[in-house]
Amino acid sequence: MTTGEPGQPRTDRSPWNWLLVVPIVLPLLTFLFNADEPRLLGFPLFYWLQMAFIVVGIICTTIVYRMTK
Amino acid sequence: MSAHTTELVVFVLLFLLVSGMGFVASRWRRPNDLASLNEWGLGGRSFGSWITWFLIGGDLYTAYTFVAVPALVFSSGALGFYALPYTVVVYPLVFLVLARMWSVSHVHGFVTPADFVRARFGSPTLALAIAVTGLVATMPYIALQLVGIEAVLKAMGITGHLPIVIAFAILAAYTYQSGLRAPALIAFVKDSLIYIVILAAVIYIPARLGGWDSIFDAAKAKFDASPAPGDGLLLNANNQLQYITLALGSALALFLYPHSLTGVLASKNRNVIKRNMSALPAYTLVLGLIALLGFMAIAAGTKPVVTDGKADANTIVPVLFDQMFPDWFTGVAYAAVGIGALVPAAIMSIAAANLFTRNIYREYLNKNATDAQEANVSKVVSLVVKVGAVLCILLLDPQFSIDLQLIGGVIILQTLPSVGLGLYTRWFHKGGLIAGWAAGMAAGMWMLYLIPNAATGKAHFGGSAFPLANLGFDTKMTIYAGFLALAVNLVVAVLATLIFRAAKLADGEDATARDDYFADEGDPKVKDLDLTGSH
Repeated sequence: MTTGEPGQPRTDRSPWNWLLVVPIVLPLLTFLFNADEPRLLGFPLFYWLQMAFIVVGIICTTIVYRMTK
Repeated sequence: MSAHTTELVVFVLLFLLVSGMGFVASRWRRPNDLASLNEWGLGGRSFGSWITWFLIGGDLYTAYTFVAVPALVFSSGALGFYALPYTVVVYPLVFLVLARMWSVSHVHGFVTPADFVRARFGSPTLALAIAVTGLVATMPYIALQLVGIEAVLKAMGITGHLPIVIAFAILAAYTYQSGLRAPALIAFVKDSLIYIVILAAVIYIPARLGGWDSIFDAAKAKFDASPAPGDGLLLNANNQLQYITLALGSALALFLYPHSLTGVLASKNRNVIKRNMSALPAYTLVLGLIALLGFMAIAAGTKPVVTDGKADANTIVPVLFDQMFPDWFTGVAYAAVGIGALVPAAIMSIAAANLFTRNIYREYLNKNATDAQEANVSKVVSLVVKVGAVLCILLLDPQFSIDLQLIGGVIILQTLPSVGLGLYTRWFHKGGLIAGWAAGMAAGMWMLYLIPNAATGKAHFGGSAFPLANLGFDTKMTIYAGFLALAVNLVVAVLATLIFRAAKLADGEDATARDDYFADEGDPKVKDLDLTGSH
């Protein structure tokens, strides 16, 4: 949250917020990962890539939190 | 039953341990006075990042989730994995929204989402609609937690309803006494047990089944041989839209549930919420691994428990644990699921009780209720709600609760324009929102009614995958019914707002101010302002 100068209205707007769009949209693009190959540690692409999106989500929300604190 | 003695002993011991914690919790972070909803129902609105992480995690990832998601993956494969993108998408989606909800609730002392709607749109009718929707969506969810406990009891060879009645009686007693502090404290044990069990499961079970490769290959072989059109190790052309809309629709719905918001409002400032949006996905990883237990069960040749000639798919994971783990650890795993049911059941009953107290009792029965009266009503209602949940399971087919929960997800989504969009805009007319809500509810119920389930032989309410062919499209594609109902809701809300504005129909007054949505810990609350204003 931006505390802002006195007299200036507070807001939660920030260009950094756009980063949140990435982990919202990425996991919904099924055409990116609806495949068996390549496998990772035995996991089909469909499963390991979606689990990797968890990390994307964490990174993006952490950056937005840090930059807008 | 003797074969399960060790499991049962471990299960009962851990269960008794957390029950004791539940009662002691009333003394944890003890306030001067428990007799207000802020204290009983929201733990004093003082929880920091850690407690909030355990509390919300323990609340959202329920026992039912832990048995139902892998059961779905076991039976349909990739589609059941929707729980993963759902719980990845949700946190960035609500990152800013929940901070606003926290701030405005902090300033005005809101306890429920309907409180917010009442103040924002100045309409008791709309608030009542939101409150009733929340109650109807939450009640079957509580009943389903019993289904989770029942699944592990069945796997231990225990049938009959007495153990569940006892478990819920204990739960009801300590929730009555300690309020939200009880599930907050127990959540530490619940989540720790879950993490331990799942870590052990994903290391130990694949090693015994010949590695992940062979697990996925076994699943592929099963689905390739199955004639059902919707299953498979991957999605197909017809269920991708369902997968996407179900994940997104569920994500949009999650924090509209009153019990999710309870955990959010109990935190002490905005940063706690924002920090948790990056920390809660740790549970998503666990959920993803739990989902994969469904595939492990396929590879292990697990068969669900059959009672009265009916196979109970929800027993897949408990039976798998029984097959794979030594007895004492199976007991720990069962306790994790059983305790996993107690935390959300407690929070949900508190949330439902708060809805009744704030938006029905205080609005219609006793306008001048004191804090202590509110807390008392909530305590009693939380008992009533749990008795209702037990009766649901005892008297009705558990399938009825499952159907209701399915409906619950669709109808809670219909509160999004008022609660979610309401945090951003006051553009909608209160009448428009009521019209949209009614249209969305009707559309959702109609669609769910039309959905059959071939596997269970049900003609109606057989699932949430609505075939687009019903709307005249020449396709086999399906879409999440709740998503379509929300679209109807939004269109009607917009059109009705335009009409009511043109007709100059009176709109409600907005009791909130712009700055309220960005307020933080330490900022003045409305009550303080009133006091300073009147003196």
